[in-house]
Amino acid sequence: MEDEKTMKKSEQKRNNIKNYIKRYWQLYALLICPILYFVIFKYGPMYGVIIAFKDFNIFAGIHDSPWIGMEIFKEVFASSEFYRALRNTFLLNLGDLVFSFPAPIILAILLNELISVKVRRITQTILYIPHFLSWVIIAGIMYQIFASKGVINLIINAFGGQSINFLGNNVNWVIVYLLTGIWQSAGYGTIIYLAALTGVNPALYDAAYVDGANRFQRIWHVTLPSIANTITILLVLQLGKIINISFERPYMLGNALVSEVAKVISTYVYQVGLEAGRFSFATAVGLFQSIVGLVMLITVNRIVKKMGQEGVM
Amino acid sequence: MVEEKKRINASEKLFQVVLTMSFIVLSFICIFPFLNVFSISFSSSTAILSGDVTLWPVGWNFEAYERVIGNPGFVRSFFYTVFLTAVYTAIAMIISICAAYPLSRKELKGRNIIMMFIIFTMYFDGGIIPNYLIVRDVGLLDSMWALIIPCMLSAYNLIILRSFFSSIDDSIKEAAYLDGCSEMGILLKIVLPLSVPAIATLSLFYAITRWNGVGDAIFYISDPDKFPLQLKLREIIMMEQISQQEASQGVEQQKTMAESVKAASIIATTVPILLVYPFIQKYFTQGLMLGSVKG
Repeated sequence: MEDEKTMKKSEQKRNNIKNYIKRYWQLYALLICPILYFVIFKYGPMYGVIIAFKDFNIFAGIHDSPWIGMEIFKEVFASSEFYRALRNTFLLNLGDLVFSFPAPIILAILLNELISVKVRRITQTILYIPHFLSWVIIAGIMYQIFASKGVINLIINAFGGQSINFLGNNVNWVIVYLLTGIWQSAGYGTIIYLAALTGVNPALYDAAYVDGANRFQRIWHVTLPSIANTITILLVLQLGKIINISFERPYMLGNALVSEVAKVISTYVYQVGLEAGRFSFATAVGLFQSIVGLVMLITVNRIVKKMGQEGVM
Repeated sequence: MVEEKKRINASEKLFQVVLTMSFIVLSFICIFPFLNVFSISFSSSTAILSGDVTLWPVGWNFEAYERVIGNPGFVRSFFYTVFLTAVYTAIAMIISICAAYPLSRKELKGRNIIMMFIIFTMYFDGGIIPNYLIVRDVGLLDSMWALIIPCMLSAYNLIILRSFFSSIDDSIKEAAYLDGCSEMGILLKIVLPLSVPAIATLSLFYAITRWNGVGDAIFYISDPDKFPLQLKLREIIMMEQISQQEASQGVEQQKTMAESVKAASIIATTVPILLVYPFIQKYFTQGLMLGSVKG
């Protein structure tokens, strides 16, 4: 009797599994390709970072090259070029944080003050364009207008000023780099703030108006508080990414004359690794960046969550 | 009271006028670099040389564009990149759907683990060199596929698409199942037709990423015949001389000609983006909103 019951139960269970598989196997089949993709092209390189601890030989490959422990990291931390790339990465990112970060906030607040939907839409359409251009194009444009005989110098000359060497001087180049960043991202960056602002109850503005608040007070007490959360999250996230820098922007905008300030971790890894062929060394530099970046992001995410926000992870 | 309201309205009007004007100035500054390059591309060498070109072409001519079109390398790279972008977008879209649809179904066992497995790749990356070694080991170096396969799925886009699929009512899927549809049938006949806006948005995202992308081409492609357009453009921008034959024209003029050819190449590379820009406008805010929906 008991036996029969257990047998029936297990048979039912088996049937359930059978039915489940019969109905849903296609979902799992669909996932095969994507999972293979992640395994090979995302987790494969994560395995590949072990060459930072190996004396990598291109013929032996990742697996068969001999282990040498922390030797390469010692070499990396003794390299002044590495510290320079690290410093430049921090400085350029810090510059972006100070100058590029507030730009979309100010723009969004001003756009929010506009009554005419038409003017607003046209402005947005124009300001978003640079975001969709490649860094090759952007660098090409910037090198034309900031050239020694470019239009910016023509304008400076027209007002009686001396031509400025924008692209070959370290400080000026950093300014061009940061300005380009603002130009490229400020318009598009407003989207997220404008989205937060569409959720604001118009009654709040009316109430502030009735209470006699002037424009500045309305912005300060109604507009800003409604995007404060978004600002905090984005700010903290950007702080978490301060060691991460894209390859394309510094590579395309940089040139040999300003490598003292333009060489950052990503371009340094490319140069040392793929151009000079020091694979293990370059991998170690990249791994250092990835790990510090991950730790910072986790820390920052904790902070965001402590502030009562949702966080990103 | 009425008097006061009138005054406020007048001041509000003035403010709106000032604000609108500031935005006109700002928009002008925003497209000014572009206008300048555009003007240089249509201007004569002498005008560029004497510094007359700012906002409008001086000495209209199409010589620079004739050079660009007459450059077989550039033209071939242009069409090659159009082809590459089309193939990439199709493949990336198919594989994104393959990943996003099962992960949008609550019935899928282990979906949280799979999502964590995918999301982790957004926060930790092997780095340039290990990526290069994988692409090399798989045998993709110097092939068109090196610009397709290693980047054919973006975890970010996957999450957007997944949350869109999740927003489709489950009862429709259940009804289709009871009508004898398989899971594949539900995807093809019910879910995809309802997801056209999301698919259009993501296709645009993918296409623009591929059209503009150049980092991976620098790492993986060394054969100039297989350069995507952005890399070709960079080659032209970095080039000091147009060709040996022009040495007779004198160094200075030749340099200026190079400037207008560079400008024309930049414009030619940007035009496709500007052509799809109205569609981007239509879809991308929508797409960004999709992303903010937590699934």
